[in-house]
Amino acid sequence: MSAAAATSVALPDDTLLTVEHLTMRFGGLVAVEEVTFEAKRRQITGVIGPNGAGKTTLFNCITGFYKPTTGRLSLHRDDGPPLLLEQMDGYLIGQKARVARTFQNIRLFPGMSALENLMVAQHNKLMRASGFTFLGLIGMPGYRRAEAEAKEKAVRWLERLGMVNLADDPAGSLPYGAQRRLEIARAMCTDPVLLCLDEPAAGLNPRESAELNHLLLEIRDQIGIGILLIEHDMSVVMGISDHIVVLDYGRKIADGTPTEIQRDPAVIRAYLGEEEKDDR
Amino acid sequence: MTDAVMRTALPAKKPNIYVEAFKEASVTAVLVFLLSVYMVGLQTQASQGQPLSFTTRFADVFWACILVPCGRYLIALDRQGLHLPALIGGIVSFVYLFGVGTFGLAGSLAYDTFPHPFDEPMVNIIFGLGGIYIFGAAYHGTRTRRHGGLTIDQREAKEQRSASWARRMSGILGPMLVGVAVVIPVFMPFSPWSGATRQVVETLVLILTYVMLGWGLNIVVGLAGLLDLGYVAFYAVGAYTYAKLSTELGLNFWECLPLAGILAASFGVMLGFPVLRLRGDYLAIVTLGFGEMIRIVLINWQDFTGGPNGIGSIPKIDFFGLPFERKAPPGEDTFASFFGLDFSTSHRVFFLYYVILVLALITNFVTIRLRRLPIGRAWEALREDETACRALGINPTNTKLTAFAIGAMFAGFAGSFFASRQGFVSPESFVFIESAQILAIVVLGGMGSQVGVALAAILLIGLPEVMRELSLYRMLFYGMCMVLIMLLRPRGLLAHREPTIQLKKRGYSR
Repeated sequence: MSAAAATSVALPDDTLLTVEHLTMRFGGLVAVEEVTFEAKRRQITGVIGPNGAGKTTLFNCITGFYKPTTGRLSLHRDDGPPLLLEQMDGYLIGQKARVARTFQNIRLFPGMSALENLMVAQHNKLMRASGFTFLGLIGMPGYRRAEAEAKEKAVRWLERLGMVNLADDPAGSLPYGAQRRLEIARAMCTDPVLLCLDEPAAGLNPRESAELNHLLLEIRDQIGIGILLIEHDMSVVMGISDHIVVLDYGRKIADGTPTEIQRDPAVIRAYLGEEEKDDR
Repeated sequence: MTDAVMRTALPAKKPNIYVEAFKEASVTAVLVFLLSVYMVGLQTQASQGQPLSFTTRFADVFWACILVPCGRYLIALDRQGLHLPALIGGIVSFVYLFGVGTFGLAGSLAYDTFPHPFDEPMVNIIFGLGGIYIFGAAYHGTRTRRHGGLTIDQREAKEQRSASWARRMSGILGPMLVGVAVVIPVFMPFSPWSGATRQVVETLVLILTYVMLGWGLNIVVGLAGLLDLGYVAFYAVGAYTYAKLSTELGLNFWECLPLAGILAASFGVMLGFPVLRLRGDYLAIVTLGFGEMIRIVLINWQDFTGGPNGIGSIPKIDFFGLPFERKAPPGEDTFASFFGLDFSTSHRVFFLYYVILVLALITNFVTIRLRRLPIGRAWEALREDETACRALGINPTNTKLTAFAIGAMFAGFAGSFFASRQGFVSPESFVFIESAQILAIVVLGGMGSQVGVALAAILLIGLPEVMRELSLYRMLFYGMCMVLIMLLRPRGLLAHREPTIQLKKRGYSR
């Protein structure tokens, strides 16, 4: 613990997440091996790599869906010592560490309306306001105020994404692009410090994808949180990332700014294959 | 299915639909024979002092093996686009069998003059209803053919229409049912059934108990999406709590009620804690096991629960201290003497009715309230996607436990009421079939729909009571009703979901 605290002092204070020697094994398969990198506040950190490189496994470790085999994940805060994510229960990472995520295959609450989806995201705040249900049940004004605020916030997000008119529709019946946006809004409604997006541009058309870029930049600049982004769409990753981490076969093969990454021979090899003369 | 296989295998040769339908009917005949030869063909007879003997009813088996395949034949033709035989056959068999059966029920001589396949009038009626089903299916078939099959859009529109119909109906039916429920006992004496007032009100008490149980289980199954097959265990905990506390400590109903609720809720937490990490089928099986465990403990813990004999002479409910008795102990009032009424046994029944009505309405009110609170939204979210809930920082275990505990609490209240009404509890009242019945009420009502659950309880509990005369065929009829509801309204009687918070209704503008 003291070691972790010491590291955090040594680091520049805009570091948000440090991943150190993260390894995840499934039986004999090593999905992620000895990965080390940093994500900063007010920065978009892209994670790229060919299929099966271990990007989503990395995300699942950070967001508590998997317990890493070894390694340390520390989330740095302004107040207090860093939180060690690898030791926290899954849901606590959302609740206490405030790391929010979206999923590669959209996971909304399809039967509930878009507005309700955003209300559920504010569950923990509202639970406290409703006195863990008891005060809310007897209709205390404090809860009603909190609920109105939560609704206000949800509506602000819907407006920002241009889907206020869809607020009362079941989330499952929304168009695909709207579902993607709603999932990001839902993650943002948890007031996260770190937003992890798993292929947010998958299946979007070029216009929607450009809108997404704009939205992510807005989140970065106006709200000032860190974003961790897995993406295959190079126009998204190269266009908006401040920093890119490249994985291949579970290992980190490169780490740097988009321009550095584009020129990195290891990355080119991983994506385009080796040149003839190198092998055999 | 065989037909589809044939078609893909031999695209050139079109199979003869009559032959195909005949094949299908033959398979049905074999099935009917296998199913009915023992269950219908042999009837055990127990008479006093005699060893168990049986009589045969092979004539009934024979007719079943004729009529059911005939129906199947018509349905098979109907599926192939030949609606006319099914239309005619269905309606004719309905009119004839239903008519003959009704004569028989009425005890009319006509029953003997017309030939009838089955001795029991009711069986004829049930087969007649099968005929009307065939007719209905064929009629529906002709309409679909005329308008062409449904496209996805049309099907969606149809579903939406059905949902909005359900919403409108719930809006109308809900307040209406409450209104009727409040005034029924008052108007009963002036109705044509005044002679049976007590029986009717007693049946209504039973129905309302199940309405309450249904609403309680609806929290667990309908909202939180946790399939609980052992719900009756909590009902038992409530009943035994009242039985023990009132007989041993002399507490009255109103003192026991909250205690029974709290105890049942803590049982919910205790049982819920180890099982709630399971999902779906596994959860269902384990809750089923826990339900049985409680019952078996009740049977075997002789010293505490009285074992299979149960606990008897439980004090009956009183009117806030005034007993419903003919004679009060000296120096005290009874309900009748206090209000200057003539003593009547119906007073207690009426009072019980209003107590369970209030309890049920409280359950309903609390459920509706909870749905609009964060906890209720979290339940529904958990039902929709547990993984996403976890990612949003919602503690799934606690959320499920609250649903389990609150559902159990209402079962505890209902159980306590049950014990005070019966004056006797035994493990026999808390068998699995009770859980199944409550679950059937929730599912048939339309998961999550409060009015639907009430309607389903009326149907499922009231109908068998109304059909008491049919005794033997009650369950057959009951099963048929369930099948029909599932066919006609597969998502429940009134399946619709009202958002817990809305933007447009309040005219949101910025």
